[in-house]
Amino acid sequence: MASESGGSIDAMGQFKLTTAFGEPGASVYFTQSNVMMLVACVLILGTLVIGMRRRAMVPGRLQSLAELAYTGVLGMCENTIGHGGRKFFPFVFTLFAFILLGNLLGVFPLFFTFTSHIAVTLALTVLVFVMTTVVGIWMHGFHFFSYFVPQGVPKVLLPLLVPIEILSYLSRLISLSVRLFANMMAGHVMLEVFGAFVVMLGAAGLVGWLPAAVSLGVNVLLIGFEFLVAVLQAYVFAILTCIYLHDAVHLH
Amino acid sequence: MSEKQGGPGGPSGDNSFEERLRAARARQGLDQAPPDAGKEPGDLGPSPLGIGLRVGVELVSALVVAVAIGYWLDRWLHTSPAFLIVFVFLGGAAGVLNVWRVFAPRH
Repeated sequence: MASESGGSIDAMGQFKLTTAFGEPGASVYFTQSNVMMLVACVLILGTLVIGMRRRAMVPGRLQSLAELAYTGVLGMCENTIGHGGRKFFPFVFTLFAFILLGNLLGVFPLFFTFTSHIAVTLALTVLVFVMTTVVGIWMHGFHFFSYFVPQGVPKVLLPLLVPIEILSYLSRLISLSVRLFANMMAGHVMLEVFGAFVVMLGAAGLVGWLPAAVSLGVNVLLIGFEFLVAVLQAYVFAILTCIYLHDAVHLH
Repeated sequence: MSEKQGGPGGPSGDNSFEERLRAARARQGLDQAPPDAGKEPGDLGPSPLGIGLRVGVELVSALVVAVAIGYWLDRWLHTSPAFLIVFVFLGGAAGVLNVWRVFAPRH
């Protein structure tokens, strides 16, 4: 994680993409970010498949984990989307598991956080955005566009209010993607900066040892905080997806 | 002492005990409504930092989308800066609408 160059703090270097798997990987731009995505997918599938293999009445550790994730997301779908929310469970669960693993894997040293790139989070958000819009149009047809017409306002104000509603709808693209990306990137920049403090102050001799120790302590706290943020942001992404799906299904 | 607190059997004694318990709990501030009573599920939690981040992201994201649309309309129609000006105001309003959606009291 610490990548010092000439005594300055290189906080953004950790987000640089490099290709993996040598020559064949480089030829198709297969980056370490993609490797982490594959690792996340394998871990999710492994947990679910191996955990549920025994189908024990009293679940073991892995089965508990799988069941906890399953019932948690299922409850979230049914409570937030409401009637017919079960249909969207596979979509929401996949998103939640993928983002959760991406966030959590990034906390470990030498691992890359693929959710710290706006390209990844924006792609996921576009998926959610297109999905909710298509679901809305598919379930309500042309009537879906009444979502942009607020009820109970004078007709004169509609030319002003409809563009505002449409902009508010479009801004989901930015708010959803930026929230996840900014949270993950900010956390890792903080870790890098305090990690660099430890190295630089520690090298400064006896005067620097106390502040270096304080920075190390801060970094320990930050790691714990990062785990919280990782789970929380995956949860927030999933629940906002559910809220958007609720809007598309019920049109308020 | 038992006289003062009211008999446990009589209904009036129960009532006065409940009343005094309620008064005592109110005095100690124990009976406040649970903090997440009117909370939206997507809330970042009650922390001021979370609320601030949420509001900031909502405000800025609407403005970013609006400015992008206005800029590209101007580029396309060569009307710079008419659409940009209009869309900055619309985007600000949409941002406030987003914030209102997040923190509006739920019925």
